[in-house]
Amino acid sequence: MKSKIALAFDKCRKAKRAALITYTVAGDNNKNNSLKILNIISKHADILELGFPHNTPIADGGQIQESSHRALKNGIKLKDVFQIVKKFKKNNPAKPIILMGYYNLIYQEGENKFLKSCNISGVDGLIIVDLPYPENKKFAEKCKKKSINFIQLLSPTTSKKRMKKIIKDSHDMIYYISMLSTTGGKLKVSPKKILQNYNFIKRINPKKNLVIGFGITDKTISSLKSANGLVVGSMLCKTITNSLKMGQNPVIKLGKVVYNLKRKLI
Amino acid sequence: MSFKIKKRTQLIDQHDKNFMYGGKFGGNFIPETLKKPIDDLTKLFTKLRNDKLFLRERDHYFVNYIGAPTPLIKLENLTDYLAGAQVYAKVVSEANGGAHKIYNATVHCLIAKKAGKKFIVGDTGAGYAGKMLSMAAKKFGLKCKIFMGAKDIKRQRPNVEAIKKNGAEIVPVTTGSQTLVDAVSECMRYWVSNCDTTHMCVGSTVGPNIFIKICAWSTAQISRELMQQLKEEFGKIPKKLKLINCVGGGSSAAGFWNEFMDTNAEFIGVEAGGPKNSKLHAAPLTNGSKIGILHGAAQYVIQDKEGQIGSTESISAGLDYPGISPLHCFLKDTKRARYTSASDEEALEAYRLVSNLENISPSLEPSHAFAEAIKIAPKLKSSDVIVVNSCGDSIKDKDIIKQRLGTYIR
Repeated sequence: MKSKIALAFDKCRKAKRAALITYTVAGDNNKNNSLKILNIISKHADILELGFPHNTPIADGGQIQESSHRALKNGIKLKDVFQIVKKFKKNNPAKPIILMGYYNLIYQEGENKFLKSCNISGVDGLIIVDLPYPENKKFAEKCKKKSINFIQLLSPTTSKKRMKKIIKDSHDMIYYISMLSTTGGKLKVSPKKILQNYNFIKRINPKKNLVIGFGITDKTISSLKSANGLVVGSMLCKTITNSLKMGQNPVIKLGKVVYNLKRKLI
Repeated sequence: MSFKIKKRTQLIDQHDKNFMYGGKFGGNFIPETLKKPIDDLTKLFTKLRNDKLFLRERDHYFVNYIGAPTPLIKLENLTDYLAGAQVYAKVVSEANGGAHKIYNATVHCLIAKKAGKKFIVGDTGAGYAGKMLSMAAKKFGLKCKIFMGAKDIKRQRPNVEAIKKNGAEIVPVTTGSQTLVDAVSECMRYWVSNCDTTHMCVGSTVGPNIFIKICAWSTAQISRELMQQLKEEFGKIPKKLKLINCVGGGSSAAGFWNEFMDTNAEFIGVEAGGPKNSKLHAAPLTNGSKIGILHGAAQYVIQDKEGQIGSTESISAGLDYPGISPLHCFLKDTKRARYTSASDEEALEAYRLVSNLENISPSLEPSHAFAEAIKIAPKLKSSDVIVVNSCGDSIKDKDIIKQRLGTYIR
């Protein structure tokens, strides 16, 4: 049986467009709103990434740090993250959700218990920022057995030899980091160069769904739309920060932003 | 005990193929982007540490730039006062710059040059790692950025000024607790974005495996010197020898003990116990913290049940860190070293006593080690020899000491 993530890409391929993948932090700006945000943006986004926040992130830029900080300050716990997913999935069973975060939270919970909670709540995939290949091999296999996609990351520093190995062991989606940066950095490489790297990776295995993330905003998304999918994260976190500053409703604001992003891909 | 220390193997090389010590400490929990820079650095360091020319170059700078060897002195007055064991100090604070951090900084600059990098970045807590890196960077013609918590910038003013004087840029870190833990995170984030042009120096024996190795390999100079100095003083290594060292990240202790690993010397590490009546501390080994992942390595770390890294508190900025080197986790679990803690108050009292009685004036970090020496020396005999690593000078703590004790003596 095909995974929901694979089905989402199939659907986009048929519509001849890139998949829109969003990233928001669970519990930002509070538990209720983060569920409402998922509900509203899921009308336009194809796959939803949901961050489970960690207070010592080593690869996140300022925007996502701020969102994580807000969520943690509001007392978000792992069980709340799974609750949010469960409630979302109840009304949107087909929409894939990918949890993204750092390994220590899984380590403390225990891999098996964590994956069990993923299954119960309906999580479709995992991105673990600080568990690279080949250290992630065992855990990735465990995920596969539980029908959870483990999403491998590739970066501009990944050698071709390494890429081949990683792609061979990957599941339904691979994430290409567009540039040397933490999340939310300004796009410092030309879209042309990014797509060159993207195409290079695609040629290794054209069947794999490859998405691009880091530095993608409403300004840059159109120029990369030939990819299988594009991830927008920091821009959404920033939208929440700004709307809170201006006393606006972050849920409605985010709905509009994601709608606009989607329009740029059609 | 499921694992043991291998004899005749350097401490830094006791890991398995996954870079884990004892199968559970260390490793490389890093973002994909850092895989290649870390692999490259690992290959380069492996080559350099076996390269006679490089070793000669290192030794040249250790002697002519750092001022090796630093003195080993008997603390006659303190020994008389405590009336038990003989107490010695290895006065590492006599090294150029005033602390052991100069060894790691110098080696990192030498490596950066070999790697063809023109920029170097580093983290700092007490400011010594930053001061030394900025000094060495200046010496070797590298452009330098130092990441430092905003709270530490306030409490370690003399070192901040020194960093600026050396022409380095200080990047204040205002996230989280605004101390060392956040400075290391921010420095790593910066490296993720700039690893193609920039070399990163981690200021202690923490972080991804290669940084632990380079740091402990550099500070090992301390124990090479000590081994020879003890033989000169006693004719051989004393039978009942205790080597006491403070531990924050654990870089000076790793270097102080390294050459004595296969001897009978007893190792005592002293963590920061924090204020006497506070629940907060920076002593994960003493207080039985659980294993977790911090800054790319598995280690005992202060954290909550969910894995969020916990707050710490210590009067000593250099020890104010929630984690501890995987090397020390390994030494603890193999029972090769014993770990305890000293409170802020005990460290201050030790500083006062040593500075009053002797011609040395330890900073608040080694004052934690002196506190333990003061505690145990009276119960021992004169055939027992205690050596304390006096790895930093108190001048940087002048403001804090004045505020807490009323006067500053040096």
